Amino acid sequence: MRQETAQEKAQHAAQETALTEAQQARIDRWLAQYPPDPAGRRSAVIPALHVLQDDNGGTLERHHIAALADYLGMPRAAVFEVATFYSMFHLDTACGRHKVNICTNISCWLNGADGLVAYAEEKLGVRLGETTTDGRITLVREEECLAGCVGAPMMVVDGHYHTHLTRERIDEILDGLD
Amino acid sequence: MSQEKVTIEIDGRTIGARAGEPLIEAADRAGIYIPRFCYHKHLSVVASCRMCLVEVERAPKPLPACATQVADGMKVATRSAGALDAQRGVMEFLLINHPLDCPICDQGGECELQDQALGYGRGVSRFVEGKRAVADEDLGPLVATEMTRCIHCTRCVRFLEEIAGDQELGGMHRGEQLRISTYTGEPLRSELSSNIIDLCPVGALTNKPFRFRARAWELLSFPMVSVHDGVGSHLSVHTYQGRIQRVVPRECSTINETWIADRDRYAIEGLAAPDRLREPLVKRYGEWHTAGWEEALSAAVAGVRRVLEGHGAAGIGALLAPHATLEELYLGGRVVRALGSANVDHRLREGDVSDQEQAPPFPYLGGTIAELEQADAVLLIGSYPRHEQPLIQHRLRKAARAGAQIMALGLRRFAWNFELAEEHAVAPQHLVSELAAVAQALGERKQRKLPQALRGLPGGSVSEPARAMAKRLLAGERAVVLLGNQALSHPQAATLRALAALIGEWSGGRFGVLAAAANSAGGWLAGALPHREVAGRPSAEQGLAADAMVRAQLPCYLLHDVEPEHDLWDPAAADAALRQAEHVVAVSSFASERLREVADVLLPLGAFGETAGTYVNTEGRWQSVRGVAQSYAEARPGWRIWCALAQLLELEGFAYPDIAAVHAEIAGACRDVQPSSRYPAELRSSGATSADGGSSSAPGRASGQGSGVTLALAGAVPIYAGDALVRRSEPLQQSPLAARLEAVVAPETAQQLGISHAETDEATVRVRVQAAAAEALELPLVVSSTIPAGTVWIPAGLAERAQLGPPFGTVTIEAL
Ligand code: SF4
Ligand code: FES
Ligand code: FES
Repeated sequence: MRQETAQEKAQHAAQETALTEAQQARIDRWLAQYPPDPAGRRSAVIPALHVLQDDNGGTLERHHIAALADYLGMPRAAVFEVATFYSMFHLDTACGRHKVNICTNISCWLNGADGLVAYAEEKLGVRLGETTTDGRITLVREEECLAGCVGAPMMVVDGHYHTHLTRERIDEILDGLD
Repeated sequence: MSQEKVTIEIDGRTIGARAGEPLIEAADRAGIYIPRFCYHKHLSVVASCRMCLVEVERAPKPLPACATQVADGMKVATRSAGALDAQRGVMEFLLINHPLDCPICDQGGECELQDQALGYGRGVSRFVEGKRAVADEDLGPLVATEMTRCIHCTRCVRFLEEIAGDQELGGMHRGEQLRISTYTGEPLRSELSSNIIDLCPVGALTNKPFRFRARAWELLSFPMVSVHDGVGSHLSVHTYQGRIQRVVPRECSTINETWIADRDRYAIEGLAAPDRLREPLVKRYGEWHTAGWEEALSAAVAGVRRVLEGHGAAGIGALLAPHATLEELYLGGRVVRALGSANVDHRLREGDVSDQEQAPPFPYLGGTIAELEQADAVLLIGSYPRHEQPLIQHRLRKAARAGAQIMALGLRRFAWNFELAEEHAVAPQHLVSELAAVAQALGERKQRKLPQALRGLPGGSVSEPARAMAKRLLAGERAVVLLGNQALSHPQAATLRALAALIGEWSGGRFGVLAAAANSAGGWLAGALPHREVAGRPSAEQGLAADAMVRAQLPCYLLHDVEPEHDLWDPAAADAALRQAEHVVAVSSFASERLREVADVLLPLGAFGETAGTYVNTEGRWQSVRGVAQSYAEARPGWRIWCALAQLLELEGFAYPDIAAVHAEIAGACRDVQPSSRYPAELRSSGATSADGGSSSAPGRASGQGSGVTLALAGAVPIYAGDALVRRSEPLQQSPLAARLEAVVAPETAQQLGISHAETDEATVRVRVQAAAAEALELPLVVSSTIPAGTVWIPAGLAERAQLGPPFGTVTIEAL
């Protein structure tokens, strides 16, 4: 009886939500790496959010969260908590082709990150958290330590680390983006 | 946590504690107050606010008392220079972003932050930068928000997750941006949601309807108990100038802990509804006239006398609300008996009372409410405590979280807030046979045979779910079998009671009945019954039970706090009976249109908080309360109204000086009553032996006439529809749990109806529902796999569906 209900629930969730079969398969692969219990299912939330974000051109929408929460058996609010906590997820905001995260945490800050952020903002004509009008670059919101302190100040562009930044380096890197 | 006793020292005092318990708990027990925001004894410990920092000998830095476990010989200082300095530091950080809006904040005067800033903070703020502001939330009609005031203690988040069972709020974003939010902007759905108001240490979450009504220090507080289910949760009622302004929980570890249901808190919003009865009314030639008490009582009595002369005493019947006070129920019953009739009943929502002769003294839970959380296997029959007795659900949820196997055998599936071990939903005409199958499966394992009267109930072989339930019950060491509101209003309730009691016995556990109303139990003790007087003494005369009274179409009805279109088992029959009656006296707090149509005299009744009285809860606990609010206009306490009627009728023995004398009489009579939940296995009624419950046409088939499909009807009273007061509470009626009058069917059934749209929450089609000879009703249709095939679920207790009759039966449905 209990199994039936769980199955039905899963079926129900699948119908109602936007998860495609391919997405489910990819999420299931992650699920297989965690213990098969509610806590284990919760553990898969971050990779699963990446699956959905990647499929959706780099941003998440509310219905993705609802779908995933039902699929993983988590409260929706808990999935929203995760999706809003990490700067690698972009919920309810359209993103540009490239994502630029400039670290402003302690080591980078002591090495002048604030000035670099101001410089990048001026150069691109957008504030932190915004996207250039041509849809080219998103300056991701205030970023915490990205574990590149040895090369502070630093930033991450589309997942690649760039250390020992100067204004010139920023010009070079940002101008090189298509 | 071990039970090992240790000795510790706090502020120089030596106190005993249990090894490993949180230091703050040991201190609380010893009466040593340590400031705190995030800690709450019924919630998990997160130690996030750091307000409870204390110094512990040999610890290199101050430790949070809520997250520090007690160890033998520990020496703690809560007021040392180091501790005070740490507390002051935390306080300063907490106030950095807190607005200085105390003068316009509803929490002012009862704010933990305000108190602790005074007790542990600095006088002056050193923070001169800008404070942050947070966009507000809309959590629905019950809880008001001012999220800029939030200090992120996460008590609300933890409550909703850990106690209410659905984490509807979360900590969104992070760092400076952190805010408590639903993110989606949807209103809270939990039946316990408003407890977050009491938990919130600041003015971020406050009571929405109460907002700006009064300041905390202007209010007087009185102890009270809740009257909206059989739990009897402890409340404090706060009044201002004699009017009830708000309700808050009063701690009672054995009943409601520190929680109450939203229904317990917001029902008072109905107290001043526009149709509240302000003064006595008398109907003359079809017109209502305002009357003085004397005139109205005389009119009531004159009509009763006319009926006595014309039809004899048997023409009089009294229908008394099961949430009336014990004293009202007792006096109502005695007045009718003194007139020579025994037609009196408070079991207004029950249709089968054929086992009443052999029934125990009152429907009993079979133990205490608190004990429920120790159960390890529970079978709930026709019950959804989450909406019927929310604080019982809370205990069951605790049991489930501790590993109990909780099973539900019912008429549909519900949205439980814990994982059920088994859930089996059957059409109403199969509930008896499915329960019999559980008994049979138990009998097979225990080598016992069903008693003669119950044999032949299982239709053929024992079903898989029934077998599984029996197995789990037997595996439990502390099994509990409970009958809920839906089972009690089932047309074969007596058979269900017999079977459930037997299952309880055979599984070696306890059996109990979950009382639906505040005095469902008390009404039995008070003698508001056709066959028993006070304390279960046999009645000299045998009268008619509630439903029989309605069917008998008596010439005279006396109603006490009853709205016939809502509160009676068969509202259609009740309406017909009251319309044909010669004389109807309604003692009532409210005068709905329908009541005004059928009544001849309306006597205004003191409502919740306005009258003293006693309630006996589902565990048999007597709880008396005082009247704490001014009487509303001309309304009077019910016990006085009944005494006045008795005196005008020249009945002996109703000259009570006060309510205490009435209470003493009942209590004296009931002194030796022993609670019991034994029901006889031999049933007198013939209905019991037919597994089909006499439903004539087989549901689920296309019927002769037209394109309609015949379906079994089932329904329960929705959470905010149980009594006149709750029904008039605007905030509750605007909340997401308010009743929606819809017909819900299974996808298979929808197909039969020729509707082929997918399962949704939203109704897109309308159907015509026809019961017996009554006028057809048009309802929106919802398709849901929670409903067994062949059944249509339509909520009971709603005036708009009254023409359909009892909650259960057979209806024909046709898509429009
Ligand atoms: S809203 Fe109140 S209870 Fe909830 S986290 Fe904020 S301060 Fe705590
Ligand atoms: S502080 Fe910038 S990478 Fe660590
Ligand atoms: S009460 Fe201990 S840290 Fe909040």
